[in-house]
This record gives sequence, structure tokens and C-alpha cells, in this order.
Amino acid sequence: MLQIILDAISLGLIWAIMTIGIYITYRILDIADLTVEGSITLGAAIAASCIYNGMSPFGATCLALFGGMLAGLVTGLLHTKLKIPALLSGILTMIALYSINLRIMGKANVSLLRIDTIYTFLENRGLSHTNAVILWGLIFVIGIICILYWFFGTEIGCAIRATGNNYRMARAQGINTNNMIILGLVISNGLVAISGALIAQSQNFADIQMGVGSIVIGLASVIIGEVLFACKNFYSRLTSMALGAIIYRIIIALVLRLGMPANDLKLFTALTVALALSLPVLKSSLPPLKKTVKENNVRC
Amino acid sequence: MVKSNRKPWKKLVMGVLVATLLVLNVGCSGSQSSSNESSSTAEEATQTPSQENFRVGIIQYMSHGALDAAREGFIAGLADNGFVEGDNITFDYQNAQGDQSNLSTISDRFVNDKVDLVLAIATPAAQAVAGKTTEIPILGTAITDYVAARLVDSNEKPGGNVSGTTDMNPVKEQIDLLAKLIPDAKTVGVLYTSSEDNSIVQAKMAKEAIENLGLKYVEVTVTNSNDVQQATQSIVDQCDAIYIPTDNVFSSAMPVVHGVTSQTKTPVICGETGMVKEGGLATLGTSYYDLGYQTGIMAAKILKGEAEPATMPIEGAKNFEYYINGAVAEEFGITIPEDLKQYVQ
Repeated sequence: MLQIILDAISLGLIWAIMTIGIYITYRILDIADLTVEGSITLGAAIAASCIYNGMSPFGATCLALFGGMLAGLVTGLLHTKLKIPALLSGILTMIALYSINLRIMGKANVSLLRIDTIYTFLENRGLSHTNAVILWGLIFVIGIICILYWFFGTEIGCAIRATGNNYRMARAQGINTNNMIILGLVISNGLVAISGALIAQSQNFADIQMGVGSIVIGLASVIIGEVLFACKNFYSRLTSMALGAIIYRIIIALVLRLGMPANDLKLFTALTVALALSLPVLKSSLPPLKKTVKENNVRC
Repeated sequence: MVKSNRKPWKKLVMGVLVATLLVLNVGCSGSQSSSNESSSTAEEATQTPSQENFRVGIIQYMSHGALDAAREGFIAGLADNGFVEGDNITFDYQNAQGDQSNLSTISDRFVNDKVDLVLAIATPAAQAVAGKTTEIPILGTAITDYVAARLVDSNEKPGGNVSGTTDMNPVKEQIDLLAKLIPDAKTVGVLYTSSEDNSIVQAKMAKEAIENLGLKYVEVTVTNSNDVQQATQSIVDQCDAIYIPTDNVFSSAMPVVHGVTSQTKTPVICGETGMVKEGGLATLGTSYYDLGYQTGIMAAKILKGEAEPATMPIEGAKNFEYYINGAVAEEFGITIPEDLKQYVQ
């Protein structure tokens, strides 16, 4: 059982980076950005192709970051300069990325089996694959949370948050909201692409179909993180996003454990996520254990 | 107000969450303890060849007619070789339902359970499991190219814990069929699209097969569907029969090809059934049920300890499904040999 939880945590940690990326657009900027489905595959495609052709896994992961940022830039420009609605801008970039990803990989599937990845470095020092993924996942997640916490405290970072909260007010304060939206999308998709690069190296292949459903997974993780963990400040909100992604993966692993018919996996996943999300409501409809328990306020 | 409420609320939610996890945990550990027992007996039994109960994990990428058929064939293949479900073998069938992140979680489950063998259906499924274990034998099916997917060192000597069956289009057998249906053919035309990797590979195999039969070939390529009519016209006078591999441009342009070839009565052997329906003469293709069945026979050998994946060559399909277009055969005046008459549609 412990090993299953550890495997789920390792997967959750690398997906957590994508969840944090989605949190930036979905919650901070208040934009549902569908570029994610393309940019996660883009990150995987860049990393896998570069590693396959002999580049160092670290360099390849960095390149994936820049690729993702570029994808975010395109969506941002489509949205702010050409005035295409945000949802459609994301969809357009996502569609375009399908062809671009195929060009980058040259085929539908690039395999990294028996090629050194970012994890091999730790595995050679005696760690199991799962532990290597957990360690790298922790390093990336903690590093990213620290950098983002610092960044969103700077003047530009605050301007991005203000843009998402109330863009008219932000503009009245002399903030160029268009640039802030572009910047937010660039950061978000950069993170998503890093996540894709780490996923490809962990599962040992990049596939043109791997982004399918990722936006749903990301949004579910964001909501789980928000509902289950009270968020006092920005720092703990970022952390709760990572925890949301991990809990989502644990739920999937547990649903698989239950041993129900294989074709019902998605149905049971949906039911379990629904159960987890309704916990606060279920709790408040039960007889209160303490007097202080009242209507809970999830958002901060 | 909100602040004073938050702390107990948080504790309570965490409590409920932990309780749920515990309930799930107990529910699972019940089923897990039984699986642990069986896997430990399996481990003991690997030392002694007569085994009580084998556990086979089946990881399928998505639900799809061909993939489902391969799985059913695999189970039947094992059953006919002494491994009957519920008797001395249990299957743990998991379907990722097209979500590749689930492949990773399912692979973890199989590795942790220490199953005796894994059947991976479709390339991403095989790659996901192969990345998690180098010890548990893995058999793949419905995979075209094991070498390109880096699953094996070579098709003849896999060298690791992966082997299986490939659904590569049986080009050589299709050329043999051509020679059987049109015995007086001297020159064979090969038509394909020059920008499709898959077609180029198959065309190369076809040209080798034609030469091995002592025949000559002429090849013409197209770049898109606008070229199809002219390309076909340029070739019909020079050859007695035409071969077209599985090719995206030609599969949508078969009516055009038929329009040209029906004037000279030049029969066309195609790479897949859909093209034959649109005006080709005949094809033979992979039956995924049979391919799975063949994989089941390989699995039985591994479970009996007679073979191991490292030295088991990747097998191509041995049984094919013929498909002959009766209307075209009649129109072109081609007599179908007695043994193939049952496949005329």
C-alpha cells in the first residue's frame, strides 16, 4: 500500500507543476487557458527529441521551458493584440501545436527507453525510479513555489494579480493589463511545458496524444487543492495546488486498487473526486461537532 | 469571524479526509491481502515448475475494436495451452481509457503486485510498463515497430524482458496472394505516396518480394490525390497487376484508381480491406484476435518456463484474413482458386 501511495505521490509531484501553471491562468488571471493541452505535449516533445538526439536531460528540460513560454506568448498575442477571446486563443494555439509537436518529434511517438534521463542521474546513485522522481519533483515544486512567491510579491507580480482581480481598476492604476496577461500566460505555459518534459522522462516516452485530458486533470487538481486546504496566504495557496495534484493521483491509484471493472475507471474517478469535493458540504449538513462549525468559506 | 471558524473547519475536513482514506485503505487491504498471498505463492512457485496460480496483468491503452479482439485472443490462446482463467490463472485487466497518465499508475500497480507476466496492448502501454520493470516478462501485441519504440534491441533477439507480436502489414503475403490470383503476371506496378514514411517502407518490402518471385516491377509515386489519375494511367499499360500498400492518399482515391484500371482490366491488390471495397481486387490482413491468440501461446511458453522474452523473436501474424471483391473479380474476368472462394465477398 505504501508503495502505491509513493508511486502516486511521485506522479502527483510532476503533475503539480502543471497544476500550478493552470492556477496562474485560471485563478490569478481568471482565464481558462486551453493552450495547456498542447503545451504539455510540446514540453514532452521538445525534451524527448532533444534527449533522443544526445542532448543533456537538463538542457532539454530548459529548452522545453522556453518552448512552453513561446506557446503562451502566442496565445497572449492572439488574445490581447488580435482581440480573439481568451478561450478561443487557447484552442487555436492548442490546435496549431498538434502539427508543431508532430514536426518536432518527426513521428507520433518518441521513446526514451534505455536512454539516460534526468532521473537516471539519481538512479545511478542507488535511488529507485519512484524515489528519483519524488526527489526531482520536490526540488522542482519547492523551487517553483519559492520563485513564484517571490515573483508575485514584486511590483510586476502584484500588477498581474491586480489585472486578474479587477482589470479596470488595474488599468486605472496605470498598469498595462495586456502585457500582464501575456506575461501570466507565458509563465503558466512555461511551467506546463516543464511538467510535460518531466512526465515524458518519467514514463519514458513522449506521445502526440499525451496532452489529451490534461486540462481536466489540472482543473480538478486546482479545485481539490482549494476545497480541501484552507488558503490563508499566497504561499500556502501555491502549496495547496501541489497537494491537490498529489491527492488527485492518490485517488486514481486507490480507484485502481479497488479492482472494479476496467472500463469503469473514469466513472469511479469522477465519483471519488466528487465525493472529495463535497466533503465540506456533507460535513456542514451533519450535526455539528463543535459550536464554532458553521458555514465554511472556502475562498479567501 | 471567518478567521476563528477556519481552524476547526480545517481540522474537521482533514479528519474526514483521513477517515475516508482509512476506509478506502481497509477496503483495499482486504483485497490486497488476498492478492499478496497469491503473489507470494507465485514467487515460491517460480522455483518449482508446477505452479498453482499465475497472475497476468493486462494493460490496454484504450477501448477499440481491434485492441479488444487482441485481448480476447490472448486469453483464448492461454486457455488452449493449459492456462484457464479461474482455474490456474487470474487476469488483472486494466484499461487506461486513452489517458496516458493512467498507464503509469497501472504499470506501478502491476510491478508492486509482482504479477508473473504483463500483456501490453498498443505501443504507449508497452513503453509505460517497460519503463517500470526490467524483470517481469512483458509481451506486447498490436504494436507495429518494436525497434523504433525502443522496446527491444532487435526483432530477432529482443535481449530484454520484452517480446510479443507485431501488426505490421503482411506485404510479402499480399504479393504472394497477387501471384496466386494472377498467375500470368510478369510485371507488377507499385503505386504509393512519396511523402508517407509508412508507405515508403511497405513499397520497399513489396519490391523485394516481387523480385524474389522472379517478377519485374515498375513504381510510380504521387504527392497528393490530384496526381492519382495520371499516375495510374501512366502505369496501367506497363504492368499486368498493381500493388498499393496501406496509404492515406490512395485509400481515399481508390474509386479513381478503379476508374482507370477497369478500362484495361488490370487487377489491383491493396494493403487493406477498405481499399478493396472501393474497387481493389483482394487483400489479406491481420486478424487481431489471431494475433492476440499467438501472443497467448508465447505467454504460455514463458509461464511454463520453456522460454524467456530475451530470446523470443518478435512474431508477425501467422494467420491472415483474406478479403476478395467478388464484383471486381467478375468484371475483370479473374478466376478465384477453389481454396480462396470462401473469402469472396
